[in-house]
Amino acid sequence: MAAPSDILVVAEAADGALASHNYEVLGLARRLADGGGGAVAAVLFGEDANGLAPDLIAHGADSVHVADGGAFATYQAEAWLPDLAAIAKETSPVAILMGHTAMGADLSPRLAFRLETAVATGCVEAEISGGRLLLTRPCYGGNGREVTSFRTTPAIATVKVKSQEPATPDGGRRGDVVAVASVLDPGDIRVRIVGREAGTTGSTDLEQARVIVAGGRGLKSRDGFALAHELAEVLGGAVGASRLPCDFGWCPPSYQIGLSGRIVSPDLYLALGISGAPQHIAGCASARAIVSVNTDRAATIFGHSRFGVIGDCQEVVPALIAEIRKIKG
Amino acid sequence: MRVIVCVKQIPDPEIASSLFKVDEAARKVIPVPGLPMVISPFDEQAVEAALRIKDKADADAVTITILTLGPESALTILKGALSMGADEGVHLCDAALEGADSYATAVALTHAIRKIGDHDLILTGRQAADWDAGVVGCGIAELLDIPAVTLAKDVQVDGPVVRVERVAGDGVEVVKAPLPAVVTVAHELGQPRKASLRETMRTAQKPVAVWSAADLGLAAGQVGEAGSRRTRERLYAPVSDIFCEFIEGETPQQQAAALAHRLHEDGLV
Ligand SMILES: Cc1cc2nc3c(=O)[nH]c(=O)nc-3n(C[C@H](O)[C@H](O)[C@H](O)COP(=O)(O)OP(=O)(O)OC[C@H]3O[C@@H](n4cnc5c(N)ncnc54)[C@H](O)[C@@H]3O)c2cc1C
Repeated sequence: MAAPSDILVVAEAADGALASHNYEVLGLARRLADGGGGAVAAVLFGEDANGLAPDLIAHGADSVHVADGGAFATYQAEAWLPDLAAIAKETSPVAILMGHTAMGADLSPRLAFRLETAVATGCVEAEISGGRLLLTRPCYGGNGREVTSFRTTPAIATVKVKSQEPATPDGGRRGDVVAVASVLDPGDIRVRIVGREAGTTGSTDLEQARVIVAGGRGLKSRDGFALAHELAEVLGGAVGASRLPCDFGWCPPSYQIGLSGRIVSPDLYLALGISGAPQHIAGCASARAIVSVNTDRAATIFGHSRFGVIGDCQEVVPALIAEIRKIKG
Repeated sequence: MRVIVCVKQIPDPEIASSLFKVDEAARKVIPVPGLPMVISPFDEQAVEAALRIKDKADADAVTITILTLGPESALTILKGALSMGADEGVHLCDAALEGADSYATAVALTHAIRKIGDHDLILTGRQAADWDAGVVGCGIAELLDIPAVTLAKDVQVDGPVVRVERVAGDGVEVVKAPLPAVVTVAHELGQPRKASLRETMRTAQKPVAVWSAADLGLAAGQVGEAGSRRTRERLYAPVSDIFCEFIEGETPQQQAAALAHRLHEDGLV
């Protein structure tokens, strides 16, 4: 019998390991489940994925359903949905959680409609209050927040990456690993992946970077944007951008940080010539410290910054590079 | 071939944050006086994607139908899409349809798509830039039981198949799906075209149907707030409580030195 706080987590593996956001989602799932005496089950799709189940258990899953097979090697909504929907129906959790990643954003709406329920995407808070699950999510580009409840079950939510405390692993935890007897009919897969071009930008580790130098329109040109690269180099950090430099071709589109770009949480985020639109802040608000350089004292970015320099990047940044070289010796 | 593009009218998503105000009691956003409502940017790019398909084909072979659910004012964005070059419009305009969540919106749009009749491709933006949910596109596909492909940066129709280049992290994934299908369009598709003088002059002649919930065969309980599966309990504008320490200095060199010092002191460098 399902408890009123049973949670199902859809895990996401990449390159044979669990992406770090899984631990954040499990941390949240555990807190919600524990509040009502419920259990956390996880679902894991992949090829030879069994080896990852103990990691999910160590991070808080009480059981792991493993759907193992070649059809699950790379994420594809139509391949995952039949088994996922079957597991959800069988276990009737109060909520289904997954990361708000490319996968979660693509999978969760379909799952919601298949299970005749609804989804709240990009959630940053969740609580069970008076027996009801309340989810908080940013809206209006980050200018607003809405708190939503559900009239149907299960409630499905994608959880914004870096919004939750990750679960602390406990190697002593025990849990069941259940092999999923797949109900997938390969004939139901209508969308075919016919090609993949890997990125050439090498900026894949923005999510892991401890220091990020992000450039905005205030860097004025491709040459101006080079200042961001120079500063990042002396700091040993990565380079990111607001949307406009990507649109102008000063840097590759994959550098974009924000609502429709990447979500990062470095210790230090240097924003050069970025105004601080909410859609940009959505991608960097969980940095430990934002430091910004902007000519406009009234720029919104300063309201999110620990330190601010009112000045022209073309003057301040070269001087800053020299000063940091001195410190680093 | 018919391409249906679902578009939504929203407040300008790029207004200064200081202009964003909510009525917490009504759980609604207060419109900024004098500021025009706009087509959601990703939806405008979905219109562009449809026009690029039409440009490549024999113009008469492709009909682009713009579908919007919204109040009377939403006619403006429908006409805007027609003056970019779309052929006809359908406006779901009925007070009963207002206040819908993503589910009730998808239901209404799906009923409209069925009523429009033959269709090969349905395009939407990746998400509407007001609620930022990104649910309706895939929802329509599920309700119609047809494939959906999200985050397109390029959409090509080749006979009975749609070929989509989708944004996938750092790279691109190329997929093919049989038509009819739903494709949601990402910012990476590129700039939408401006309204052309020729198309703007023809807009008055282009047909626009206005349908109510009853026209769609939907009862009051199936649409709008009543037909929703989620309830908005609260809406507020979060405030940042970060105090910014401005780094002083007579010259950029002094500012840079002071900043480097503070960063070092705080262990950030
Ligand atoms: C639906 C939607 C999604 C979006 N998603 C994203 C997203 O994911 N990421 C994102 O970044 N944006 C996103 N945007 C765009 C966002 O709203 C802003 O338009 C964008 O972030 C602005 O970029 P910017 O700060 O570089 O440019 P601007 O807003 O033009 O700011 C430039 C800043 O540089 C300053 N400046 C000018 N000259 C100098 C100088 N010499 N030295 C120092 N400072 C100078 C100016 O004072 C100004 O503050 C999205 C928008 C929408 C509607």
